[in-house]
This record gives sequence, C-alpha cells and structure tokens, in this order.
Amino acid sequence: MHNKSVAELSRELESGNVSSVELAQQFLDRVKREDEKYNSFITVSEEQALAEAKAADEMRAAGKATPWTGVPFAHKDIFCTNGVRTTCGSKMLENFVPPYDATVTANFRAAGAVCLGKTNMDEFAMGSSSESSYYGATTNPWGLGAGDKRVPGGSSGGSAAAVAARLVPAATGTDTGGSIRQPAALCGITGLKPTYGRVSRYGMIAFASSLDQGGPMARTAEDAALMMNVMAGHDPKDSTCIDRAVPDYTATLNEPLKGLKIGLPKEYFSDQLSPAMEEQVRNAIREYEKLGATVKEVSLPNAKLAIAAYYVIAPAEASANLSRFDGVRYGYRCEDPKDLMDMYTRTRAEGFGSEVKRRILVGTYALSHGYYDAYYLQAQKVRRLIQQDFLNAFKDVDVLMSPVTPSPAFAQGEKTTDPVAMYLEDVFTIAINLAGIPAMSVPAGFVDGLPVGLQIIGDHFSEARLLNAAHQFQQVTDWHQREPK
Amino acid sequence: MSISREDIEKVAVLARIKVDDEQVSALEKDLGNILDLVDQLGAADTDSVEPMAHPLDAVQKLRADEVTETNQREAFQAIAPATEDGLYLVPKVIE
Repeated sequence: MHNKSVAELSRELESGNVSSVELAQQFLDRVKREDEKYNSFITVSEEQALAEAKAADEMRAAGKATPWTGVPFAHKDIFCTNGVRTTCGSKMLENFVPPYDATVTANFRAAGAVCLGKTNMDEFAMGSSSESSYYGATTNPWGLGAGDKRVPGGSSGGSAAAVAARLVPAATGTDTGGSIRQPAALCGITGLKPTYGRVSRYGMIAFASSLDQGGPMARTAEDAALMMNVMAGHDPKDSTCIDRAVPDYTATLNEPLKGLKIGLPKEYFSDQLSPAMEEQVRNAIREYEKLGATVKEVSLPNAKLAIAAYYVIAPAEASANLSRFDGVRYGYRCEDPKDLMDMYTRTRAEGFGSEVKRRILVGTYALSHGYYDAYYLQAQKVRRLIQQDFLNAFKDVDVLMSPVTPSPAFAQGEKTTDPVAMYLEDVFTIAINLAGIPAMSVPAGFVDGLPVGLQIIGDHFSEARLLNAAHQFQQVTDWHQREPK
Repeated sequence: MSISREDIEKVAVLARIKVDDEQVSALEKDLGNILDLVDQLGAADTDSVEPMAHPLDAVQKLRADEVTETNQREAFQAIAPATEDGLYLVPKVIE
C-alpha cells in the first residue's frame, strides 16, 4: 500500500479493499519503523490519527465520503492542529498545543483525511536544508544507499523526505522563497507553490506575510491537484486571501499540451547552473516539445535582484511577526526573569535558534529609523520591477520553465556555517514569491543518483494549467515513480 | 556595508533579544555579509516605481463590526506559561 498514490489509495478505500483504520495503522507502523533514518516527523499523532481513521470509516459508511476520506497524510509542523503539538521547528513552541485548527487543517479534517503527524522543518521556515530545526536535521532518503547524508532541502524538508520515503503519500508544505519547490526537487517529488492568496494562511504560523503560501507536496501532479481541491479557496479569516472561484484542479489534467508556449528565462540558465543539471532540465523541455509545445528564450532582467530584495522584505516581516513570541501568552518562557525586559530578552535569546535571531536582527535593522527608505521601501520597489518582468514574459508565453536549484542535494553541514551560501540555494525560486505567481517542481531526472527538479512557472491563478503540464509530463516519464534505495 | 558593534547592540535591544559579546562578534560578520548581499538594491533605478505591498495589489478587506468569536479564555490560558485568576502573570512592572 505504501507505494500507492493518493488517487490509488482513494480507490482502494472506495472499493472496500482496505478500511481507513487498517490503512492508518499500516502507515503508522511504517513511520515508526522507518523514520529513525530520516527524522522527517517531529510528532507522530497516533492516537488522533486512529480516531480520525475510525471517523473516516463511519463517514464512508454514512455515504458521505470524499476523495480524501480515510487517506493518510501529514502536515508540515507550521499548520496549527487543534490538540496536536505544533512546534514550527522551534524550542519556542516545544510545548505549544494549539487550541484551534488552521483553515488548511480544518479543510483536510472536513474532507475526512487522516493526519499521521507533523513533519520536520527549518525553524520558523527559515532555511533551505531542514538543518536548523530544534528537533534535529532531516535526512534526504536519496543518497543514503551510497552512505551519504544529504539534506532534503528546506524549509519543508520533513514533508518532502516523508513523501519520498513513502511514509505518507502526500504532505502539506509552505513556500516563502522556495520552501516547497526546493525540497520537492531535492527529494524527487512534486510540489506546488500556489498564487499568493489562493490558500488561506489562517493558522499557518507566519514568517513573511506578504510571501508565505501553503501548498501541496506529493509524488504525482494528480495528487497535488487533489490536495489543491481541498486547500484552495477564500477564507474570511485571512484578509489577504483572494475571493475567487476554485476550479476542480483534476478536471483539466488530461488537456493536450499541443501549442503550449514555453519561455526559458535566460537568467535561469546562467553559469550558476551545473552543466549536468542543465542537461537534465533541457532533456525535460525536449519532452514537452515532443508533446507539441513550442519553446522560446525570454528575459527577466531584474531577476538578479530577487535575493537582495527578499533578504530585506522577508526578515523585515519576520521581525514584526515574531515579536509575538514574548513568553507571556504561550510558548517558552525563560527561568526566573528578574524583570519584564529580562524576561523578553532571555526568553527570545533562549527560545530562538541562531538563524531566526539573525533574520530578526537584520529585519529590525532594515526597518529601524534612518534605514527604512534605503532598505525596505527600495526592496518593495524592486519587487514590483521583478513582478513586471514576469508579467511581460506572460504576454508572449503560457508558462516559463527552468531548473529549481543550481545543483542537487548537498551534504549535511556543507552550508550551515555560511548563511549567504545557504541563501543562494534559492536563486531560481525566490523571484516567484516576490511576484506572487504560482510555480511547481516536477521530478525531471538524476545527477549522480540524486533527483533534479524542473520548475514550471505560471501567471497568477494558473495552477490548473501548471498541474496539467506536470501531469502530461508524468504520463510520458517515470522520474516521479523512482524510489530511493 | 559593515555594521558596527554599537548598531548590533542597539538593534538587539529593539528586537528584545539578549546577545553576549561573543555573539556580537559573530553577528558583526554575518550581518555584514547579509547587508553586502542586499546593498546591490541601491543600484536599481526605481525613481518612478510604486512600492509593492501585496502581489495582487489587493486592499485590506474590512469585516462588519460584529461579535463572531466566543470567549475561550480557559482554553487560551491553559497554554500560557503563568496565569492566576484568569490573568497572565509577568514580572512586576510597577513598584
């Protein structure tokens, strides 16, 4: 069962070949047996999962089943889950049990899906390797056979590793600068960052509010479409969420790609990209040409400024968002504070890890008196220039294609001492968040036995078209079916 | 652009994060590198460009001023570090 997709498991449940409780138990046993190697889960919520599975079986017996009823999955530990600890990878929230559900959590709950637990991540989603988690680093299932311990990418590295290792068929992720797409690429799975505002952020612990977006991580584009059907939609509890009709994302998966116009941004095929990676990405694009697509070069002249703009905007917003962790209402509080200031400063010094503190300090600096115009305002202007480049490109082409990362999964420890080297990991993904447009990572080959991701970028609200393009590619390739040894 | 020890100490107070001397030295280097990275923004010509706050330029929606939430004080305070008689406890602030 563990190799089956969400769509396949859904059919098994529908036909009565297996019950939700049996399925949940099988996957829970597998997590308990296998996850020692990966550390992809922070919390396994066995008791709640079995209760949800029992309820799912009852839901089906009552004739109220949805495609998700009884299907096991996991949430990134950034989505609040009522009654199940939610840590965001931080010591600050080690004992935090939310008294409410995130909207995404509530949506999966209403559909009858069975959440097995909460997946590991970079602390507060700040990182590209899942090494900054207070609960220990996650290991990429790929490369382990060769004795290598590779990073799974980040920040949604636990979700990516769990899906790649067949511990769950699907998991939620969040993407602020590449945190769904980069781990999906490095673990050889399929991930989608939706348009900003497509998925509610309510109850999704905030990092950079104008960039954060939740999305699906699964092995197939079809499963990602099934997740989007549950995740997307307007939510009055998130004032930035867009009120716009949600299509059935599975309905257009089989549209032919003949005539699809693909743009290749020349800035994303630069010398930062290793030749072996480029070869894999170009091969994937040739598959699209065989499916009837046409290809032309386009330019995103301001893309080179994306990392700089991001590392002003994201830390600035983070410094404001993370001010809520004050040791008063929930979360960690230091021992024996001597006064209020001592409580705040020691609680935050002890509760946050070093990367989170770095970003809060950079953001505080960028917003402080005398620097606001030079940094924050200028970054927001550059952000508009970057978005304009994409919108101009979409006047000519339907989608853009590029690599997701400059190189495959790197070794654990390789970039932990150099924050800027870690930041450059997101060089091909970050501009998409600044522009607020959707993009996918699709398995597209291997370099040195490690997965390579193809990035498919679309205009605002083009998720259905991206999923269609990914699904058609997955009908003629089997990269997404490969299993780590 | 470099950042001075004094700047780091000042920002740390604003951010309510305690830093010791050793950490300030490490931050001097790390924050300096990050600021070097972002300094290239200054070279971009943005004279006639409006800053972008929301990718779809959506404006803040307002809801009707109605009570929609029920009181859940007990549930919320059950996860607080210290409470007493329905109040959050913090170190004494008034002598």
